[in-house]
Amino acid sequence: MSDKPKIAFYWCASCGGCEESIVDLAEDILEVAQAVDIVFWPVAMDFKRKDVEAMPDGAILATLVNGSIRTSEQEEMAHLLRRKSQILIAYGSCAHTGGVPSLANQFTREEILRYVYEEAPSVVNENRVRPQPRHGHNGTAVTLPEFRGLVRSLDQVVEVDYYLPGCPPTPKLLKQAVLTLLSGNLPPKGTVLAPDTAQCDQCPRKETKPVDLKITEFKRPHWTQIDPEKCFLAQGIICMGPATRSGCEAQCIRGNMPCTGCFGPTTRVRDQGAKILSALASSVNAREPEDIEKIMDGIVDPVGTFYRYSLAKSLLRAKVTR
Amino acid sequence: MEDRPVSDKLSTSVQWEPIIVAFFCNWCTYTAADLAGVARMGYDPNVRVIRVMCSGRVDPQFVLDAFAHGADGVLIGGCHPGDCHYVEGNYKTLRRYHLLRRLLRDLGIEEQRLRLEWIAASEGEKVSKTINEMVEQVRALGPLRLSRRFKEWDAELASLEAEAQSEEVVAHV
Ligand code: SF4
Ligand code: SF4
Ligand code: FES
Repeated sequence: MSDKPKIAFYWCASCGGCEESIVDLAEDILEVAQAVDIVFWPVAMDFKRKDVEAMPDGAILATLVNGSIRTSEQEEMAHLLRRKSQILIAYGSCAHTGGVPSLANQFTREEILRYVYEEAPSVVNENRVRPQPRHGHNGTAVTLPEFRGLVRSLDQVVEVDYYLPGCPPTPKLLKQAVLTLLSGNLPPKGTVLAPDTAQCDQCPRKETKPVDLKITEFKRPHWTQIDPEKCFLAQGIICMGPATRSGCEAQCIRGNMPCTGCFGPTTRVRDQGAKILSALASSVNAREPEDIEKIMDGIVDPVGTFYRYSLAKSLLRAKVTR
Repeated sequence: MEDRPVSDKLSTSVQWEPIIVAFFCNWCTYTAADLAGVARMGYDPNVRVIRVMCSGRVDPQFVLDAFAHGADGVLIGGCHPGDCHYVEGNYKTLRRYHLLRRLLRDLGIEEQRLRLEWIAASEGEKVSKTINEMVEQVRALGPLRLSRRFKEWDAELASLEAEAQSEEVVAHV
């Protein structure tokens, strides 16, 4: 194998969208592929775990891991890739902040398994069989990974050097990140490789966002005729822009949908959900408890809306009494 | 904000005592708490008072952080409606409190663990009454002690390390 820098990609609890975004580099992927050797990429290339195990520690320049961590096998792979890589990058919302999968932290393991294997309308399982982590068969033991009690971000399991945010990250940010890695001119450890400003700053609709929003009603986007020019919050539609990092080039907003927060918070915010809660509540136009409650009724699912991509990394991490 | 489990020393003692973190506005409730002290109106020692310049300064992140670091309850004290030195601060607090209470309920934290009270500088008695009442309510609910729960949740991570050392990991081909 050549002495070009080695790069690896891996996926944990993910939907495949992040893998797709790597392919979305399109012709730029050739430029990247010319500059590096891709030594491990299960979704696209036939290398196995044992090939990684055979490498000396630190042999890989950078590994980009997408997906959150739910099983013991994903933990093992995270530890293995951490050991083999000089730089470990959490790629995408799930690895960065827990992502959509971490909304499962509102339920116990038992509730999830019961629903999936017994109660879901599409399931037929009269004997209520569930997969077991260990099973003896003809004198050999077969095993399955453990399903953990919580979904975690990558950095809740191993040390992470950098983060590429987004659901998924944009090809532009990925290309920039790879070029930065190859330049050797590395940003401080822990950096999120996207601008450290709020979405509102780079929003094409920012001129239409009033200083004082005076929200009188929260409307749901799918039940609303959305004005394609006006700030979503000014229309009473929840937009995560004020609590979300920019860098996606306002893709959703340009598609006439509000930001749902996939880039996570800026460095000045510790808990993205609490931040948007604060911004929204301050902007509500009511002073009496009953009026306030009536307006808040319009926020049907606060956890799912405010922490859509970040429950694992929120201050409370989960529903605390599961 | 550093991850310092402030309560652990206290919460591992034999008898659990509720810990209430109280954010008091400098202009009203904090002064009232002082007054209560001077007038020797006792209140339960379970409360840790943090002075803020206005109840509107209480970022919901502070509340979550207090819970995450071991608080069993959080109390916010501000000026009566119309009396806020920054005019709108306490109205913002009121709205955030209503939404935060909903969020906390969905995340498994009971409503009585978060309380908002308007207490003027002269109302020393209301400070001690509010605190004592809240301590009793939270005591009845039992410990929240999230810093300890987080450790319990993460015990499953340590088990992997132990397992990896005790047996060859079955080869995944
Ligand atoms: S709230 Fe949303 S729509 Fe309004 S300026 Fe911010 S990002 Fe743009
Ligand atoms: S607008 Fe918001 S949700 Fe959409 S891609 Fe950008 S950061 Fe993600
Ligand atoms: S100054 Fe007391 S609540 Fe604003």
